[in-house]
This record gives sequence, structure tokens and C-alpha cells, in this order.
Amino acid sequence: MSFEVPDDRKYLESHEWVDDEQDTARIGISDFAQDELGDVVFVELPDEGDELAAGDEFGVVESIKAVSDLYSPVSGTVTAVNDALADQPELVNEDPFGDGWMLEVELADDGELDDLLSADEYRDQIE
Amino acid sequence: MTLRKPPLRDVHDAAGATFTEFGGWDMPVEFDSIKAEHRAVREEAGIFDVSHMGQIEVSGPDAERLMQRLTSNDVTELGRGDSHYSMILDEEGTILDDTVVYRLPEDDDAEFLFVPNAGHDEQMHRRWTDRRDEWDLDATVENVTDEYAMYAVQGPEAPDLVTGATGDSLSDLSKFEGKYAEFAGADCWTARTGYTGEDGFELILPAGSAEAVWDLFDCQPCGLGARDTLRMEMGFLLSGQDFDAEDDPRNPYEAGVGWTVNLDTEFVGRDALEQAKEEGTDEKFVGIKLVDRGVPRHGYDVTDTDDHVIGEVTSGTMSPTLGEPIALGYVPTDYADPGTVVRVVVRGQSKKAKIANVPFLSD
Repeated sequence: MSFEVPDDRKYLESHEWVDDEQDTARIGISDFAQDELGDVVFVELPDEGDELAAGDEFGVVESIKAVSDLYSPVSGTVTAVNDALADQPELVNEDPFGDGWMLEVELADDGELDDLLSADEYRDQIE
Repeated sequence: MTLRKPPLRDVHDAAGATFTEFGGWDMPVEFDSIKAEHRAVREEAGIFDVSHMGQIEVSGPDAERLMQRLTSNDVTELGRGDSHYSMILDEEGTILDDTVVYRLPEDDDAEFLFVPNAGHDEQMHRRWTDRRDEWDLDATVENVTDEYAMYAVQGPEAPDLVTGATGDSLSDLSKFEGKYAEFAGADCWTARTGYTGEDGFELILPAGSAEAVWDLFDCQPCGLGARDTLRMEMGFLLSGQDFDAEDDPRNPYEAGVGWTVNLDTEFVGRDALEQAKEEGTDEKFVGIKLVDRGVPRHGYDVTDTDDHVIGEVTSGTMSPTLGEPIALGYVPTDYADPGTVVRVVVRGQSKKAKIANVPFLSD
């Protein structure tokens, strides 16, 4: 089975992605991760204004069969959370890189992005 | 330890199933998606490979006496082809296992067939043979678990599917009634039983015909994940989770299955249960619905509104049918009335919840 791994993102070994193409960095979990979890039924996210450090747990994603912690790939201030996931957690399964995004962060240190996996490196990890 | 494999383990693997260890067996947990499989069973039909369930045959002149003394329900009430749900207890009235007991047709080699839970077949076979010897009864007890596969075809369309697969009309079987029917040339014990809350049938078939019979059913293959969410919506017990003789000993009255106990018969554990019934139970098995957001899971604490721990969630999930978080567990009898406000501690956070009627789904 092959999984979508967009080239315009950076990845964490724990399967979160970050997209820094906008003013703020958007964060979610990968196609591989949502497939491993199965049907997502609940997502717990931080509040806007919360401060995150790279590697911090920022929330929890739960499927029918499993609970997984979510880790922040970067440090910064949470500027937005995806409220749609409260009523439609299945968006994480349906569109993990799009409508299933989780939060946006104003980066504290752009340099941290260099420590993350490239799409190729992440592909190697999940293959 | 090497896991036991159902006859179709490799076929399921090729179909893309994921697997889990359950009771010492390597079983499919999910074929497509638990939600899709769950929905198929509630609305159409699904087929489960439940070959991890044990099969033990009991025959001989004293077969009925042996069954009567080792199970809580009254087997003398079973006619040929009938079955019932029953408990297997120790002397203290603690549930060791729950099972379905079938009385087989007259021309069958065995008199009774009962179905212990996954991984309990050897223990139950030993229990039956030890007690037979102790009581000097003339009965033969055979553990035939490895000789059979077992499938459950469940859902509103199950009667049509099963009838179509055998050509023999099975729709006239009443609930808990069974008979032999031919599927793909194999003689299969087919009973109107199941553990999903839907209409359906369970087939016990020769392991050598496992693939041919499985292929007869053009419906959603389902794994143990959907089986778990389906049985939770009905408030059905799961061995090892909602009761466990070692870690969470429960008697049938606490576990809400007192209706499987017939105190007019003599069985192991009877006297303890008579006393338990007279005295009443301190705790009761209840349904719980979370009011706050979150997903209850096995082992989470249940507290009163002052945050004192009063019980524990034994099973929990997000109900695929209701879209609501549901749980099963034991609470003190004083808290067991539907509507009572309690709290469930979900990963350190106290969430508002209410005791609910089970089954969570009503007709």
C-alpha cells in the first residue's frame, strides 16, 4: 500500500507534518498515521494562544481502537485550531493533509524546520 | 508463545486485514474500517471469522448430568437443536466463562456442544474431564476446537444470505435454534445465534471447508474490532474484560446475567449464588454515557461527583451507531439507576457522565 507524502511538507518521525508555506505553520498527521489509527473518533487540541515547544505533546487523536499523543514539530504560539474536527473527526481520515489539519502555529524559530524529515526521508521511514 | 491461527488466516491477510492477538489466537481485527464493518452489520450484513471460539463436545449416558452440574442454566429444558446462553462458575459463584450450550440432533455423535471463549477451550476441557472423573460419570468430552472453523453471519440481510448460500431454508429457525445444513458440500452446524444484537446465524464447519464456505458469502467481511463495538452497544459481556476470574471476579448477578442462573438445578457455585441473590449485590454492571467530550476506555476510573473513585470502566468506545461515547462497567448499586450523574476520568480529566440503560440501542 502506498501512502500520500506531499513534498511541500516537513515531517516528524512520530508522523506529524508541518506546512510552513503560509504566514503561520499548519500542522496535522500523515496519511500513513491516519491509516494506522483507523477510524478517528475524537481529536483533542490546545487552545489558541497556547505556547508550544518542539517535541511537546499538543493533543490527542483517538480512533475506535487506539489513543495516540500528538507532538508538535516546532516551537511557537498556537494561532488557530481546526474547530471542524470537534464535530467531524473523520476529516483526519478523509483528508489528512487538507481539511483534516489540526492547528496553526506562529513559529518561534524558523531554524527548527531544518531538524525535521524531508518528504523523501519520511517516505523511507514508512516504507 | 506461538499464536494459534484460524484456518483462513492467510486468506484474510491477502484480503488486507490487520490482525491482533486475542486469547492466544492471531485474529483479523479490521478488514476495511471498523465503522464501515459495524454499519454493514447494523444495516445489511457482515461475516465474522470467529474460529478462535472453542468447541467442546460432550456425549455418553451421563452427558446431560455433567452439563447440568457444570453450567448455570437448566440444560434439561433444551430440546434437540435448541441452545441457550449459560455461565460456567467456580464454587464461589465466580464466572469462569460464558458460553452457548447446544443440544445436538439425535443422530449426531455427540449429545451437547458448547462454545467456550478464545483460549479457554483447554481449561474447560480439563474442567469437564476432571469433574467427570471425580463424580464418576459416564461421559466422553472432546475438545474439537482445532477441527472446526466458526463464522457468524449477522445483520438484517443474514437470513436471505444464509438461505441463499445453502439452498436450505433456515429462516424458519427460531432464535437459539440450530440444525445441520449443507454449505459448499460440507455439513455445517447452523444456529440462529450471534453476539451483535442483530438477526443472524453462527456456522460451525469442518476446518477443511473453511475457504469454500467463506467464499459463499458475498457480504462485508468484519473483524474483531467491529464485533467489539457491536456487542458493546448491546451491553454484552466480553470475557477477560467485563469479567475475569483472576483480575475482576464477578458473579452472574453483579454482571447482569442472573437470568442465566437456574437455582432449581444443582451446579457448581449454586449455593454461593443462592446466598448472593438473597443478600443482593454491592455492585452492578451498568451502561454509562459520557456527557462531556471524550472516549471512555477499559480501566478508566468512574467517580462520584465529588471525585471519589466508585468503579471502573470495563469496556468503552465511541458508539458508531449513536455517535456518542459509551461505556460498560461496575458501580455500587446505589449509583446504578439510569440517569445517575457520575464522572469518568479520561486521561486525567474528569468528564461528566450518566448511568444509561443497556442495551444502548433499543428496538
